[in-house]
Amino acid sequence: MLRKILLAAGVAALSMSSAVSAQTVRIADVAELSGAGAAAGSVWHDGVVMGYDEVNAAGGILGQQVELQAYDSQTDPQNSRAMVQKAIDEGTYILMGTVYSSSTIVNMLVAQQNGMPQFTGSESPTITAQGNPYIFRTAFGAQKGLPKIGSYLADDLDVSKIAVVWANTEFGKGGYNAFLNVAEANGIEIVADIPTEQAQVDFAADVSQVASSGAEAVFVYLTEEESARFLLEADKQGLDMPLAGDTVLVSQKVIDLAGEAANGAFGHVGLSANAPIPAIAEVSARFEARFGYAPDHNALKGYIGAWTVKYVTEMVGELDREAFAETMHGLCLDAATYPGVLMDVCWDESGEISRASFLVEVVDGGQVITRTLPAN
Amino acid sequence: MTASPKYLLYIAMLVALVLAPLGQGNYIVYVLCSWLIFSVAAMGLNLTLGYAGQVSLAQAAFMGIGAYITALMTMAGYHWLLAMPFAILSCFGIGLILGYPALRVQHHFLAFVTLAFNTLVFLVLRNEEWLTGGSFGLVPIPRPDFFGFSTFKQVPFYYFALVCFLLAAGAMAWIVRSPWGRAFKALRENPIRANSLGLNTRLMTLLAFAIGSGFAGLAGAMMAPLVQFIEPGSFTLIHSLKILLMVVVGGSGFYYGPFLGAAIVVLLPELLRFTEGYYLIIYAAFVLVLMVFSPNGLIGLWQKLMDRFRTQQVERSDLKDGAQL
Amino acid sequence: MSEFIQIIVSGLSAGSIYALAAVGFTLLWQASQTINFAQGEFVMLPAFFVLGAMGLGAPMWLAIAVALGLSVLLLGAAFKKLIVEPMLPHGTLPLIIATIALGLLMKESVKEFYSAQGQPFPPIFPTEVVRVFGAAISVADIMNLAVSFAAILTLQLFLQRTRTGRCMQATAQNRGVAEILGVNVKRMVMYTFLINAALAAIASILITPIYLAKFSNGETLGLVAFIAAIVGGFNQIRGALVGGLLIGVIDNLSAFYVSSEYRAAAPLILLIVIIMVRPQGIMGTSEGRTV
Repeated sequence: MLRKILLAAGVAALSMSSAVSAQTVRIADVAELSGAGAAAGSVWHDGVVMGYDEVNAAGGILGQQVELQAYDSQTDPQNSRAMVQKAIDEGTYILMGTVYSSSTIVNMLVAQQNGMPQFTGSESPTITAQGNPYIFRTAFGAQKGLPKIGSYLADDLDVSKIAVVWANTEFGKGGYNAFLNVAEANGIEIVADIPTEQAQVDFAADVSQVASSGAEAVFVYLTEEESARFLLEADKQGLDMPLAGDTVLVSQKVIDLAGEAANGAFGHVGLSANAPIPAIAEVSARFEARFGYAPDHNALKGYIGAWTVKYVTEMVGELDREAFAETMHGLCLDAATYPGVLMDVCWDESGEISRASFLVEVVDGGQVITRTLPAN
Repeated sequence: MTASPKYLLYIAMLVALVLAPLGQGNYIVYVLCSWLIFSVAAMGLNLTLGYAGQVSLAQAAFMGIGAYITALMTMAGYHWLLAMPFAILSCFGIGLILGYPALRVQHHFLAFVTLAFNTLVFLVLRNEEWLTGGSFGLVPIPRPDFFGFSTFKQVPFYYFALVCFLLAAGAMAWIVRSPWGRAFKALRENPIRANSLGLNTRLMTLLAFAIGSGFAGLAGAMMAPLVQFIEPGSFTLIHSLKILLMVVVGGSGFYYGPFLGAAIVVLLPELLRFTEGYYLIIYAAFVLVLMVFSPNGLIGLWQKLMDRFRTQQVERSDLKDGAQL
Repeated sequence: MSEFIQIIVSGLSAGSIYALAAVGFTLLWQASQTINFAQGEFVMLPAFFVLGAMGLGAPMWLAIAVALGLSVLLLGAAFKKLIVEPMLPHGTLPLIIATIALGLLMKESVKEFYSAQGQPFPPIFPTEVVRVFGAAISVADIMNLAVSFAAILTLQLFLQRTRTGRCMQATAQNRGVAEILGVNVKRMVMYTFLINAALAAIASILITPIYLAKFSNGETLGLVAFIAAIVGGFNQIRGALVGGLLIGVIDNLSAFYVSSEYRAAAPLILLIVIIMVRPQGIMGTSEGRTV
């Protein structure tokens, strides 16, 4: 029995390696298609799919059609590592994914060892702090976004005491640490420090803690459903203070889930499907028409990543990963010449991105851009 | 007559295991390594579950303890050969401490206690950041060198894991076949009778659980250098349930059951790849149907089928009775 | 003071729903010595029945009725007939494994065929909030408590005061004797499964407006309900009620006063202490030792 399975595995491996065709460019997307991260990962994947379909419709990369392969990380870092290894074994040209930082931080090691350029959707500061020359973000890290909200809180709202509610996961911890620095830099005192569980459902105690802490505002760094549950509970308990957050808190998904309770929440958003930019509005409309739901920042990240692969490869002139990575460092793409990137964008030596961003407030169940912040 | 085909079979299996990674891509070798590792963990649980009849829902937590001990020690510069026994003994000791109060009362309470224990271990691993690195985990965990034999590359690592696996499988075979191991079987078949024959059933059960946990410690010690990164999320209750499924799907109480079960769970996503996102649904449905038709898992199913073919050659029942009398 | 009342009331409100799910554990345990590891998914799924029916244009009340009916049919009758019944003779372990697989099947099916994303769920009670000593108490909080208590009390009365209920209890206590006394054991066991499914559906409809509908909700809920059942006493319905309320309150108290990082540990430590000190649970009665 044992041998049969080993044999089957062997046969499977052989058939895989022979499937590569010369006429196409193989690109792998390793994403959270199942497990706890499926909500984020599947949207990212749909964005990637749409991006490459449009790239193919526009003639592909260097005249070759892209053959996109999806790999499910199951939101498991170890499995994501295995999937990246597999994608490389199967001859991918460039790697897309993953979205969850806890996965990316592991699987980027494999990509690095193999000299494989990788476009990630992760926003954890740690990703670009590793000195990995092959990792590239599609949205900037929390350490870049949060100072903007920090100075807004301190200068515009005059907040000196704040409560922090954060998800006690790799994602939340990264944002939390970044926010601690921001608070210190802006002279904001943290009067309540409230970590929450993954998939926590009851936020009554957390909101009570915020209310009784004497904070003048609360900073919320949670995933989608948890953000919505927090907003619902804050609304119920009549929490009367500014609710600040990042991309997730003011995302369309959270607004849909929390309904009226989301009104008044504001945050800093690196990419928004509601940004006042015609190109983004068009892409959002195409996305919704195709997949039947409104895209969010993760979809746009995937879409931009797909087009960037085309632009940069065509700059290099051949399928050369080393040259690709070198070209990416310090590269700026302007949206007028390269419409697929949607907004002017630059990558630095660490793969970090810079791009204009937005201050968003939730008004009447929709995102309203209150300010556009320049790239930094 | 009976011995030589059996040994031939063993040799054939060994050759298959040795040849398996040759000429394969890194990914396949990686999958084979994780199959070996989960086989060790499932083997341990099989002793607890299949032989001593106790449900442990903390096998992943013990793997985690083993993995963290190994990671911390090897990252501090100690050799893996020193860290590994430490990991196993810690899991064995914790198993004793955890199992003792639970087995004092009714038998299903071990399941409840281990269920709580698994989540507690996760919380400690995540919250005690000074020691465990918290939710960021520990990275990079070195792969061991043995007298110049480096396991850094995937194929050498496979042979390293294979040696660990074979030693563990040998130890398990010895445990199960020793007089002491037969006592385990007696315990499962008829605990009251075993008790009346003078076996200290509670001690036996406790030892089975602690040894089973020790195997998980070894699996953890192998996993840390394979993945080179560990984080608390890899050792949650869901992973314990996954190992439990491996044991039962393969056939709990059968020596080869866990190997088969681990192979199915580890390789299944690969085999069902053509179904895209549906493989978990198919897997779950498969387990459901299997449990309904063959509660003894795949090996039980195999035996059932074999019995059906053999029915023509059944002995005369009156003679059988006579022999027993 | 107002915070204290706030977290106690919120804890009771959440706890009453845990209790509904926990009662299901004790019912099935009594009827078939089964631990249903899919219980959390049993609470997750009916909300999607409601959403599905509303998606087809049904009004809320009809959608709830449909969900209740479907739950009783699928999670009650079909679960009992297709999965539990053929497996009972083989002991509890294969059945436990089967329920783990069933939970996975339900979770993945909802994800694949409905949505991987959380879904908003319409509130069934008005969202007005009353202020009591500064604590915000919503109509939903009070109604959750009321509906859960009513459901569990009705069940208790049904089991004690009606003939069918007493037959069910007899079946739970000693199947063989009950059969000899002329009780239709199979039917009684079936009733237990139907009741469990109905309670899970009620819990689902009460909890989802706050917790939102998501395929993975069952993981946390099932675990909490399971712990509540053990803490309260695995063989008593009122034990599940006490356990559920206790876990709801302790969870909030420990998050507020002790440590948010270890809030999830409090119920687990309580569980271990209970097993060591009073293994039959707070309200439970001692069962004979199996070995």
